[in-house]
Amino acid sequence: MRTQFESPIVLLGARLLSPYIMLFGIYVIFHGHYSPGGGFQGGALLASSIILIRIAGGRLVSRLQIKEFFTTPMAAIGVIVYFAAGFISVLYGSYFLDYEALPFPGDLTPAELRYYGILVIEIGIGIAVMAILVMIYDHMARGEDYA
Amino acid sequence: MKYAKIVVLAAFAGLLIYGSTGLPDRGDPDNLMHQERSITNTVVAGSYFIREAYNDANTPNMVTVVLGDYRSIDTFGEQVVVFAAGLICLLILRKYRSI
Repeated sequence: MRTQFESPIVLLGARLLSPYIMLFGIYVIFHGHYSPGGGFQGGALLASSIILIRIAGGRLVSRLQIKEFFTTPMAAIGVIVYFAAGFISVLYGSYFLDYEALPFPGDLTPAELRYYGILVIEIGIGIAVMAILVMIYDHMARGEDYA
Repeated sequence: MKYAKIVVLAAFAGLLIYGSTGLPDRGDPDNLMHQERSITNTVVAGSYFIREAYNDANTPNMVTVVLGDYRSIDTFGEQVVVFAAGLICLLILRKYRSI
């Protein structure tokens, strides 16, 4: 077995780089209405920033960010956000995933309601993809992780 | 045997290039896919999604409107597929006893 040791340089570099990758992921999700991007791509970027910290810092450091048992419920939350956006519009008397019936506050035109409905489902996709990628990494690295 | 491979590849490339010459021009509004009626004279969507994407959802990115609004149930299925794939990875990779 190879010897493993902590490297402060690697951890410092990862700590420097990770917030910018996460910010870019959030930008890709929220700017998907105007430029190429969306939930899947932004979720993959968010997952890459979290996995970078997990690779560089080991389990003791990454436990401070997102705990391991929390990734699977978070993936389910992402799917539920999407399904709720569809099901609430059914409850308000329209078709499944018809965003014009969503009860957003303020008097919005149907086009703006569809705008915010698309934003809600993109956020749901982003949360689910991020949590699933982090979950797969956690279960691959368990037992082979120092610290 | 090496030359036979090259001949087969060249023949296949020639077939593809010959097929691509029959495609319609890009961006021509008289193309069949932009018409209101199909070959069998049934009413189809035509270029509705291109024309009305901004007016329907107030969003400049047409791809986002198609993915999130017109085909949102398909995207929901994609997300459920990703979720199921993640759960199957969890079942395969799970270690019940830490080493």
